[in-house]
Amino acid sequence: MFLMPIVLAIVIASVQNSTFELVNENKLPVLLYNKDSSEPARELEIALAKVGMFDIKKVHDIQNEADLKSRINTKDALVAIVIPDNYSEEVLKKAKSVAGEALKNIAIQEDSIQHTADNIIPVKLYYHPVLQRSFRKSIDGMLQSALQFIQSKYIVKNVYYAVNEENIPEALEKQIITNQTPVTEIPVSKGDSRQIPNATQHNIPAWTIFAMFFIVISLGSSVVREKLNGSIIRLRTLPTHFGLAIISKQITYVLVTMLQAAVIFSIGMWLFPQIGLPALSLPADKPALLLVTLICGICAASFAICVGVFSNTQEQANGSGAVSVVLLAAIGGLLVPSFVMPSSFRFIMQLSPLHWCLEAYYDLFLEGGNLRDIWMNIIPLLVITVLLQIIAFYGLRRKSLI
Amino acid sequence: MPPAIHIENLSFEYKGNAPKAVRQLSLRVEQGDRFGIFGPNGAGKTTLMNLMTGLLPYTSGSVQLLGHEVKNNKKFINTLLGFVPQDFSFYHELSPVENMEFFGAWAGLHKKEIAQKINDLLSIMSLQAVRNKPVNTFSGGMKRRVNLAIAVMHEPQILFLDEPTVGVDVQTRHAIIHYLKTLNANGTTLVYTSHQLKEAEDLCNKIAMIDEGRIIASDTLNELLKEHRQDGLEGLFLTLTGREYRD
Repeated sequence: MFLMPIVLAIVIASVQNSTFELVNENKLPVLLYNKDSSEPARELEIALAKVGMFDIKKVHDIQNEADLKSRINTKDALVAIVIPDNYSEEVLKKAKSVAGEALKNIAIQEDSIQHTADNIIPVKLYYHPVLQRSFRKSIDGMLQSALQFIQSKYIVKNVYYAVNEENIPEALEKQIITNQTPVTEIPVSKGDSRQIPNATQHNIPAWTIFAMFFIVISLGSSVVREKLNGSIIRLRTLPTHFGLAIISKQITYVLVTMLQAAVIFSIGMWLFPQIGLPALSLPADKPALLLVTLICGICAASFAICVGVFSNTQEQANGSGAVSVVLLAAIGGLLVPSFVMPSSFRFIMQLSPLHWCLEAYYDLFLEGGNLRDIWMNIIPLLVITVLLQIIAFYGLRRKSLI
Repeated sequence: MPPAIHIENLSFEYKGNAPKAVRQLSLRVEQGDRFGIFGPNGAGKTTLMNLMTGLLPYTSGSVQLLGHEVKNNKKFINTLLGFVPQDFSFYHELSPVENMEFFGAWAGLHKKEIAQKINDLLSIMSLQAVRNKPVNTFSGGMKRRVNLAIAVMHEPQILFLDEPTVGVDVQTRHAIIHYLKTLNANGTTLVYTSHQLKEAEDLCNKIAMIDEGRIIASDTLNELLKEHRQDGLEGLFLTLTGREYRD
């Protein structure tokens, strides 16, 4: 109940931290096969390097593109860019054509420009199939941006030369073709405390919930064991009401879930920085955090009791308990973010108590929310908890256990 | 003085299409009796035991323990009775002491009383040497003694015993029967079922024969033997219930 969730939290946070850093800090290794040695192609190389997302590895030791593909197959890199041998020639031709077109429209130049055919050999982007579509799209966007930059640069050069009969000054060229509007990234926050999203802030709450619900293995099978070993019969023939035994059991396990959360949060706060992971930053509203954790624990204990009451063997309780928690985690958005789920899953997602726990935790951990912000998550969680208690009670009555 | 057990027109059937397990059954057990309930497999002995102890809910008829209707006074009834089920009913991974501490607390005993009872009962059951060892390491006979010790911790006035000596050796059986007689001599009413008919002859002063959910004979053992011209319980059993297989 403690060791496995901790190991899970460390491993998943480490793995996801690499993904976060890949997107945010680390550079993606890209093989660049430049068949063109002219100036625009070399400038394209520089532009790609300046994108900041790629770690460009120029390849010289290959005979053809098939060699490049085999290097991707062996995962030397997941992406390769091939600049065709006539890239520069085509860029220059296109720039001259567009510039002429522009000048004709403002009647500075006679219509003596030859229009280029649109059969330009494309820049190729090879990628390994493991690369996700969204990631591929962002690489494509970066590449388009670099290509656009080079193309624009030569068009501007041509236009300026045609008008002024001299080369464009470097400073002016830079002003024209580089973006002048800066972009500032700001994570949206409900409170004053702005948390920078990282693997720890995402994963610790999610895997804490997962760990809490995994008490189903212990509590569910404990109920089954009591049914099988006859202790329930003994308890039912003693003066204390058996319902009290069930409630006591749940209270004990709710305390266990609270302890699990405390241990995992502590590890996130103090151990993670020691092993190179971002430290967990607790939400400002501690009572709200305590409330969510408590209700999540009660819900987990109710779910476990349900599984125990309706299972006939320990194997059944362990198997169905574990699988159902994984399923609830999957549909609840713990394994895949809820915003990428298909719309048909939105309703099913709301049936998972883990979803509401996670939403409440994210409100607190990522958005700096407080008690007022999480009520809409706590209410459905309470409703599900009450329903689970009613189902467990019905099961106990049906099996004449109370 | 009310009878220890007074059952009138009790009927019970399990859910589904199963035939009635208990049919219009009436029975009276006096305080201080050592009462045996016998019958072939499936006759309704365990169902009757579960109805008397409140483990099964009845909707027809009446079951009173010491004048109190079982279904209306479940909590109080549980202070009057002790139950030794046929299957072991304790936590196998715990020691006898831990089991007795736990069930003693649930029986409403105070810490001091529990400690005293543990010492007394473990000595009587000859389990002092293994008092702190997990029960799952015990022999069948030792487990039977733990099962019995837990049931009598709260000094019940009526003790229900469902095959309390099944699967034990001769020594353990003698020790258990001797202890049950001692309890009875101190005022505890015993209600006992078993297929060990020789043992039953030794323990019981009154018996009831049950078959197909009905009482087919009930009296003192001596009267029934005399009435049916038998010299032992086994002969009486076969005379009353026949020789056909029942399961």
